[in-house]
Amino acid sequence: MLRISVVFFLLKKIKMKNSKKFILLGTKKPLKLDNGKNLRNFKIAYQTYGNLNKNKNNAILICHALSGDQYAAGQNPITKKAGWWSKAIGPNLPIDTKKFFVICSNILGGCLGSAGPKELNPLTKKSYNMSFPVITIRDIVNAQKMLIDELGIKKLFSVIGGSAGGFQVLQWAASYPENVVSAIPIATSFRHSAQNIAFHEVGRQAIMSDPDWCNGNYIDKKKRPEKGLSVARMLAHITYLSEEAFQRKFGRNLQNKISLAYGFKTDFQVESYLKHQGLAFVDRFDANSYLYITRAMDYFDLPSQKKGGLKKIYKNSPVKFCVISFTSDWVYPTKYSKEIVDSLNAVGADVSFVEIKTDKGHDAFLLDEKEFNETIKGFLKANANKEGF
Amino acid sequence: MNRLDFEIIKNIIKDNSRVLDVGCETGKLLKFLNKGKKINGRGLEISQKNVNICLKHGLSVVQGDADKDLVPYLSKSFDFVILSQTLQATHSPEKVLNELVRISKYAIVSFPNFGSWLVRLKLLINGVMPESVAIPHTWYTTPNIHLCTIKDFKKLCNKNSIKIEQNFYLNKNGKKITNPIKKLFNNFFSTSGLFVIKK
Repeated sequence: MLRISVVFFLLKKIKMKNSKKFILLGTKKPLKLDNGKNLRNFKIAYQTYGNLNKNKNNAILICHALSGDQYAAGQNPITKKAGWWSKAIGPNLPIDTKKFFVICSNILGGCLGSAGPKELNPLTKKSYNMSFPVITIRDIVNAQKMLIDELGIKKLFSVIGGSAGGFQVLQWAASYPENVVSAIPIATSFRHSAQNIAFHEVGRQAIMSDPDWCNGNYIDKKKRPEKGLSVARMLAHITYLSEEAFQRKFGRNLQNKISLAYGFKTDFQVESYLKHQGLAFVDRFDANSYLYITRAMDYFDLPSQKKGGLKKIYKNSPVKFCVISFTSDWVYPTKYSKEIVDSLNAVGADVSFVEIKTDKGHDAFLLDEKEFNETIKGFLKANANKEGF
Repeated sequence: MNRLDFEIIKNIIKDNSRVLDVGCETGKLLKFLNKGKKINGRGLEISQKNVNICLKHGLSVVQGDADKDLVPYLSKSFDFVILSQTLQATHSPEKVLNELVRISKYAIVSFPNFGSWLVRLKLLINGVMPESVAIPHTWYTTPNIHLCTIKDFKKLCNKNSIKIEQNFYLNKNGKKITNPIKKLFNNFFSTSGLFVIKK
C-alpha cells in the first residue's frame, strides 16, 4: 500500500513538473531524408497540453515556425516568458485545451532538444555542427509523423501552423491525408519565392560572415556568432511586420533623446527595438539551426513534388482545409494562399478561406487578432461537433 | 430575415447534390438546405466576418468575390450553383452569368425586378430612384449597380445562348405569382424573378 502511494506520489510529481519531454525515434527504422541519407536514433523534443480522449480523436498537432519551439503554450522554461502561441492555446482559448489534446514538437533541425546541428552526433559524441544533414520540410513532417505514431495516435483531428508551420501543415495534408481530419495553414505559401530566398540568404550570409561562426564549429571553439545571428534576426524581423505597423509603433520617435545626436549610435526607437530583438534572439537560438531551417524553407516547393502540382497533390483529399491569410503580410501575401485555395477548389476539396484585415503584417498570427481567433475557434468547434466530441 | 426565395430554391435542388451558394452571406440558405436535404454545400462570400459566422456553423466557405473568384472552379463541378439576389450587385453580370453556367449543371439565379409596376410608378410619379422591399437602398448607397428587369435578364441569357429551364415570378412576399394574366405580364407584375438556367 505504502509502495503504491509512493509511486503515485512520484508520478504526480513528474506530471506537475514542466518536464522536458523527448522521444528517441528511428531506432528500428531510420528516417529516410530527402537528401538520400538515413537518420537513426534521433531525438524529438515535444510538449503536450490537455488530455487525449478515449477515442484518441481529439489530438491537434501545432507546427511551429522558423524561430519557434515546442513551448507553444504555458510558460517557456528557457525564456521564462509566455509560450509563443499562449494567446491561442489554453483553456477556453481558440485552441481549447479543455477539449483538445495539443501536441507541439521542436522541429527536426531545431535547437531546443530535437535533433539538429547543436546536438551530439551519437556516433562521434560531438556536436553535429555542419555535418548535420541538410533537411527539408518533408523530412520535418516525416519526423513528426513518427512521433505521432509513437504516441499511438492514428488520426490527428487537426494540424495547425503559421508561416513555416504552415508549410508543414500543407506537407502533412499532402503526405498523410488519411491521418489528418483538418488542416489550418496560416500566413503561408506553397513554395518559397525568389524574394523569400533572397531575404533568407542575407540572414545566412550575416551569420556565416561573423568570424565567431568558425565555419560552423563555434561550439567546439567555445564561441558564438552573436553579431551575425542578431543581424539575421533584425533583418527577418523587419519582414515580419508591415510598414504601417512600424510607423504606428515607432514613427520617427527618438530613443531616450530629445534631439538627433549626429552620430551612429542608437538615435531612433526603431533601431533600439530591432537591436533588442536581435539580442533577445541570440540568447535562445542556435545560429546553425537558423541556417538549416531557413534552408529547409527555401527548398520548400510543394507543387514540384508531383507532376500536375497542387491540384494533383490534393486531388480526392479527404482533408478539410481552413486557409487563413493577413492583408498586410508581405512575406507570404494573400495571393499565395489564394492560389492554394483555387487549386483546392479546382479539385473539389473541402476548403474554407479567410483573409484577416490587419496592419500587423506576417506576425499577426502570433498576436491577439480577434477575427483570426474567431476563425480558428469556429472552424475547430464546428468540426469537433461533426466528429462527435 | 430570410431571403424571399429560400423555399423555392430548396424544392429545385435534388438530394445528394453538390451545391455552391455564391454570395452566401452568413450561410442561412446553406443551413436551410442542410435541414431536410442531403447536400454537399459550399459558399463564396465577400465579407470576412460573414465567412467566420459560416465557419462557426460548420459550413465550408471561401472568402471571395463573385466577379473574380468563380474562375478557378472546374467546369460542371457543381450540380447547382445559386446566385440569390446578388447578380445586380456584380461588376460584370454577363461574365458572372457565364461563369455560373460553366461551373454548374444548373444555375439558380434570382434578382429584384426593376420592371415591376411599383418601381415604374415610383419613378414616373416621384421622379427619383425608387426604393422597394427588394431594392431597399438609396441610389448613392446601393450595392446594386446593375439593376435589370426580367426582360433584360431574358435578353442577356438569349444573347449568351443560355437556356432558361424554369422560371418563377414572385410577388413582394416571395410567393409565386399564379394569376395567369399577371404571369403573362410578368415583367410588369413581379417584384423579383428566379430562374433555373443552363448551358
